Amino acid sequence: MLRSILTAIFLFLLWYLMSGIDKTLTLGLGVGSSIFAVWIVRRMENASEYDSLKVHLHPIELFKYCIWFLLEIFKSNWTVTKVILSPKMGINQNMFKVPFSQKSDLGQTIFANSITLTPGTISVEVEEDHFLVHALTFLPTDHEALAEMNNRISKIEGNVTS
Amino acid sequence: MNFLNDMLQIIAWVSILLGSVLVIIGALGSLRFPDFWSRLHAASVTDSGGVILLLVGMGIHSGFNLITFKLFLIGVFLFITGPTSSHAVANAALVSGIKPTKKKQKISGNDG
Amino acid sequence: MIGTMPHLVFLIALILLFIAMILVLIRLYKGPTLYDRVLSTNSFGTHTVLFIGVLGFLSGRPDFLDIALLYALINFVATIAILKFFRYRAIGDVLIKRESKK
Repeated sequence: MLRSILTAIFLFLLWYLMSGIDKTLTLGLGVGSSIFAVWIVRRMENASEYDSLKVHLHPIELFKYCIWFLLEIFKSNWTVTKVILSPKMGINQNMFKVPFSQKSDLGQTIFANSITLTPGTISVEVEEDHFLVHALTFLPTDHEALAEMNNRISKIEGNVTS
Repeated sequence: MNFLNDMLQIIAWVSILLGSVLVIIGALGSLRFPDFWSRLHAASVTDSGGVILLLVGMGIHSGFNLITFKLFLIGVFLFITGPTSSHAVANAALVSGIKPTKKKQKISGNDG
Repeated sequence: MIGTMPHLVFLIALILLFIAMILVLIRLYKGPTLYDRVLSTNSFGTHTVLFIGVLGFLSGRPDFLDIALLYALINFVATIAILKFFRYRAIGDVLIKRESKK
């Protein structure tokens, strides 16, 4: 219940910040629509039999990861830019397996999206315990780099309860 | 104070120009690369570096107000949806049987 | 000097984005496979979002960002819908089962 109220307040803040108007009618419509949205979501949660694992992300670790990840993005952007602009493109494509150790769906999603967001690597397929990753300029050190990313994301994901 | 303001403006301009250069490099790559799998990587230069730099530049330029918040929201949406649609295209291509080039391909065992 | 500078910067950014959009459109026209075309459609959408944002700043009306936000959402849904249609030949409910790996 508390979670629903917090979600409604968050949605209403989103509404207010997006519109920036503080007339009574607009605010009233905002309150109505955020309560309506939360009600629909609650109904859907009751109807579906799929129950996901509950995770609490560590905010500090998440922040540290974001900083590290931004640096990684700019490094690999530079690598791919060099490949694109060089007249003889040194492409060395490879498809390889990357094991992951996150238990929750959210952690796995963060890892897969991070791999795809880094230019030069794309996660193509999810299997039981590993991703299939396609790399543009494959080096043997890529395995270690992705293992480090895996460790950092596992650190974000705290204790997982079902 | 005025000097600091000018400094921020210059950072914003540099960031916007660099971002548009990255965007055009991504487009150039998607035109130059030889096959589908490498074009996928060119598109992700635009999706990550170009989007970050352009949005950060516009955010610094506008100061701190509702516009910055909207830019932040656009950034979050693009950051969640961009990789997801890249992955969807790649996965659909893999399922439909477009194989990566055979030259160096080895789906190696668990050597990771 | 510092007053006219933002105008120039946004104009340059707009022109570069425009050229990038044309390059992506050429790939959309040439693309040998369907997936090349879907990829360039998606990438064209991202370019459009950035283009609308820069255009809003250039014309001094950053309210355009609302449109850009909406466009980002629609672009994502469109890409997923196209891919789903070409995989299952239906947009509505389909019985999704994993294809067998080869």
